[in-house]
Amino acid sequence: MLTFTIRRLILAVPTLLFISLVIFLLLELAPGDPMAQVPLTVPAEVKEQMRLALGLGEPMYIRFWKWIVQFFWIEPQVLIDHYFGTTFAEGKLRVISWQTRSPVMDIVIQRLPQTLWVVGTAYVVGILIALPIGIYSAYRQYSWFDQAGTFVSMIGFSVPPFFSGVLVIVIFSVWLGWFPSIYDTTLVVDSWESFKRQLQQMIMPVMVLALQITAQISRFMRASMLDNLNQDYVRTARAKGLGERVVVMVHVLRNSMIPVVTVIALGVPSIFGGAIITEQVFKVNGIGQLLITAIQANDLPMVQTLTFIFAVLIVLFNLVADVLYGLLDPRIRYD
Amino acid sequence: MKTKTLLLGAIATAAMAPAAFAERGSDGNVSIIYWQAPSILNPFLSGGTKDVESASMIIEPLARYNENGELVPWLVEEIPTTDNGGVSADLTSITWKITPGILWSDGTEFTSADVKFTADYCMDPEGGCAQLTKFDGVTSIDTPDDYTVTVNFEGPTPFPYGPFVGGESPILQAAQFADCMGAKAPECTEQNFYPIGTGPFTVTDFRPNDVIQMAANENYRDPAKPAFATVTFKGGGDATAAGRAVMETGEFDYAWNLQLAPDVIAQMEAGGKGTPVAGFGPLVERIMLNNTNPDPALGPDDRAVVRPHPFLGDPAVYKAMSMAIDRPLLVEIGYGKAGKVSCNWIPAPAAYNSTSLSCDTQDIVGANAMLDAAGIVDTDGDGIREKDGVPLKILYQTSTNAVRQDFQALIKQWWSEIGIETELRNINASVFFGGDPASPDTFQKFYADVEMYANTFNGTDPQSYLGNMLCDKAPSPASQWQGENISRFCMEEYDALYAQLTQTAGIEARSEIGKKLNDMAVMNGAMIPLVHRGRLSAHANSLGGVVLNVWDSELWNVADWYRME
Amino acid sequence: MTELSNPQPVAPPRNQWLDVWDQFKTHRGALWGGIIFVIIIAGVYLGPLIWRVDPQFLPQGRDFINLRDMRPIWVGLFDSSAKVSWAHPLGTDNLGRDTLARLMMGGRVSIAVGLTAMLLALFLGTLVGVVAGYVRKMDGPLMRLTDLFLALPLLPLILVASLLFREPLSASFGPEGGVFILIVVLIGITSWMPTARIVRGDVLALKEREFVLAAQSIGTSGSKLIMRHVLPNVLSPIMVSATLGIASAIITESALSFLGFGFPPDFPTWGRLLNDGVDRVVSFPERSILPGIMISLTVLSVNYLGDGLRDALDPRIRGR
Repeated sequence: MLTFTIRRLILAVPTLLFISLVIFLLLELAPGDPMAQVPLTVPAEVKEQMRLALGLGEPMYIRFWKWIVQFFWIEPQVLIDHYFGTTFAEGKLRVISWQTRSPVMDIVIQRLPQTLWVVGTAYVVGILIALPIGIYSAYRQYSWFDQAGTFVSMIGFSVPPFFSGVLVIVIFSVWLGWFPSIYDTTLVVDSWESFKRQLQQMIMPVMVLALQITAQISRFMRASMLDNLNQDYVRTARAKGLGERVVVMVHVLRNSMIPVVTVIALGVPSIFGGAIITEQVFKVNGIGQLLITAIQANDLPMVQTLTFIFAVLIVLFNLVADVLYGLLDPRIRYD
Repeated sequence: MKTKTLLLGAIATAAMAPAAFAERGSDGNVSIIYWQAPSILNPFLSGGTKDVESASMIIEPLARYNENGELVPWLVEEIPTTDNGGVSADLTSITWKITPGILWSDGTEFTSADVKFTADYCMDPEGGCAQLTKFDGVTSIDTPDDYTVTVNFEGPTPFPYGPFVGGESPILQAAQFADCMGAKAPECTEQNFYPIGTGPFTVTDFRPNDVIQMAANENYRDPAKPAFATVTFKGGGDATAAGRAVMETGEFDYAWNLQLAPDVIAQMEAGGKGTPVAGFGPLVERIMLNNTNPDPALGPDDRAVVRPHPFLGDPAVYKAMSMAIDRPLLVEIGYGKAGKVSCNWIPAPAAYNSTSLSCDTQDIVGANAMLDAAGIVDTDGDGIREKDGVPLKILYQTSTNAVRQDFQALIKQWWSEIGIETELRNINASVFFGGDPASPDTFQKFYADVEMYANTFNGTDPQSYLGNMLCDKAPSPASQWQGENISRFCMEEYDALYAQLTQTAGIEARSEIGKKLNDMAVMNGAMIPLVHRGRLSAHANSLGGVVLNVWDSELWNVADWYRME
Repeated sequence: MTELSNPQPVAPPRNQWLDVWDQFKTHRGALWGGIIFVIIIAGVYLGPLIWRVDPQFLPQGRDFINLRDMRPIWVGLFDSSAKVSWAHPLGTDNLGRDTLARLMMGGRVSIAVGLTAMLLALFLGTLVGVVAGYVRKMDGPLMRLTDLFLALPLLPLILVASLLFREPLSASFGPEGGVFILIVVLIGITSWMPTARIVRGDVLALKEREFVLAAQSIGTSGSKLIMRHVLPNVLSPIMVSATLGIASAIITESALSFLGFGFPPDFPTWGRLLNDGVDRVVSFPERSILPGIMISLTVLSVNYLGDGLRDALDPRIRGR
């Protein structure tokens, strides 16, 4: 298992480099222009000069090489400087966003807290709700509980957040006035009062997101449980006289968790990726909003860096899922 | 005892007096929401309206336009003109007299050196300054003393109010930006996020594309202003949510540029917490007519380059297309209070608004008759007219936007009733307005028969905007598809009259020529103007002092805003 | 006892598919799901033959003001001042187009997009998953490919694709056909990855099971083994992916149309109708809720249908 993990980690390096190249080429090929948001009143020659000032005049391979150096060599130095007070990175050019002319990583770090708070909480809440629903629905297949669970989760899945988000805002912010419709990213939680405010502004986005996550995971959980409930080993366990509780919660659940764990682990990078639409609807202004505004403004260094960070997380969590597979299911051998 | 009574009396008068006598910072916090989030507070590095307007609360120009489009002195004593000697008789220089005693927010004095520095900063060839056109024709800046700035132009400049006027051309502090010249400009994150200014507020926290927090400037020139101690400037989301936060939930005090359908605005207004306000600049929603042939069968060097268009060049066709459009209905559907019917390319300022055209009423019968008379009839019975055997089939493209898609649907229907078949396309705005020469979908390439968008000009002088219709401004492969003459309009008389405009001084003579140029372009098939669009913003009912200004930054008078009880 | 002593079968063995159908019939949810799905399909494809109103038709002049913003007829029951008419039982939109006709037209597109994109994603996902799980040599490369696709930013990908393929596709399939192919392919190739991961996981586990070993040891060929022994056993995660896939395909299509990469603007789809209605959700809730209900109903019915099919195809359940 250990050698497998190490081999995969080493293999991940060329994979990621290749991914970064593909992303870069994709962004280069895509039509669009960082000057698109500049008003039409600014003439073309001025826009051309602005483009040159962004470094767009250089050939593609030089720009890719620059990004590689900035991201893999200079940014880690900045991190070391930050923690140990050294000055390795002083005067070196970091990855600079075209929209804000400031280092991309600074903005990413500024945005992480709100995304982790909202999307992370929603993910945990969603899983905590989904697992029991999935287990019980499968155990009592076609009971009213199962039917209701299916119904709600399907609606949760087929109603897009740009509709459900607006709906809860209209109900809870406009009509009832319980929660704010706009998330305050500057709120510092340092007292009971501010913690309450934080909870209030988090409730709606968390609920909207958790509904989708619950819908998805409870479906997979239910399907996987159903598969295992009919297996011979379950019959054997029951025949041995084991309690129903032990049969379901130990034997069946453990085996059913294998595919569900994949789904859960694979979803973790999306926590960091944020939720583009939900963040927009509630003005959470996290990573998802950062990415979509960067794409709209054709801020290539920002898009490249963000998508590459996602790629790293995705590769990492795929590995985690595989390792978990091996741990949960001893029959799977990687070596 | 006596002093205490006096103090009490003073407090009582302050409470009763209108806000003009209020103390600085006495009204607490004001919150503003822009659905496009500001990403930088240096308007020279970003031409975006959101960035220019948010920065206008912090850094200021020498003179501004007021809500009527008139110049008002801001950091100077008066507006220089030829009459008061501020503009030289040969129109080659302008001299500004700075009001003495103005301080930067760090307490140092504002001098002519800062003004000169700002010009050098923007005119640096390596800086990529977005406002370079403001400094067009400037040869040098002289600073005879600390309070005098003379701008010299290379030739006679009838309209010398480009540099240092309006929200797009504010003054930066020389001391702060000294190390940020040229190629270094983008690296000065600290300076670009926290500029030192003369405006009513200073930045305390800037989070790019998210939120700005500001506090009242301690060194602001009017000791009683601003009335608000702090500002929360939130960005992001969409126009609907911004309007809702001001008018329905009352979470915010001011929402910018609510491009929403009128019935949506009306329903929000019923929320009772805020009021929409509209103002009109020269922004016109129009349909551009392609004067070249966009046939996909042509090669990349000929498509949308060779003239003429198979049928759009015929006056009967474009006049009939214009007559078939019910403009009042478009206004009602799309813009409501924030729109007016327009037959003109340049509907504002009032002096330049031509009155020779009229287009208020839809006339489908007349349009059909006109086409019949021109011999453009349906010869093969498929319901579509043909001109010289070419069926009148039109590809109609625009950017993705709910109102524009409604307009497309309506206009398609109207054109179908005069025997013109229309295919609709919408293109993502970042591609459509992006100048990428590799993309076939940009508005400059114009690989379609007609396209719809809105355009405007800055300030009150339309000279360079009128220059957009000159023959040599047409985009083509030779110019990397750059150029402002989107419809590829070309007329010798127009070019000649434009040359005359550049030599003419005096507002009356200039506006006379301007109107003629406007009529010439519209009547000869450059475009079909549709709607004169205003800016619609909303403020909370408790926010006083808002004066919507479309000629300058909307937040131009934020120092005068106050809280009503 | 007599039966035991007489081992001769009295009747020829039943057709396997009859067994499947028998099992399917007993599944009430599946039956209802199937019926509702058929009704929806019939409604959107055959409905326009009965409800002959042009979904693109815009009333002119005076009519325009009178016929726009109509409410559905049931609103008239509790709000007598509402603008309702039997000529437009589900009301009209802000341009006076008939909502019922638009729902039918939108349904045709959405269901077609949803089903085709889902099938494409399932095919790709299952193929990659089975091959990666079964053929050890291919596991590494294919899973890295999956990583690559998971990491690709969707919007720039769509921009590139529409830049490269839009014009040639429109030229050979017409503007709507070209866009249809483009959208289906884009949604398909950007949503197969979760299915592939899950299928691969299941295949990895199945590969070690005794029945696969047994089949291998009697010399069953690789492809036969996969088709007859492995695939039927990974059917249930595939079914779940399928039902979720339809919903996400319909919604992705609406997001694409909204961003300007989808169908021409006058071409309604359920997702787009829902999206267009969001701004007016307070005054005209039905404009979002009706297409929302249609999407949910379709997804629900497909889900139950899938449930029933899975049970019916599983011989272990069928036997009981």
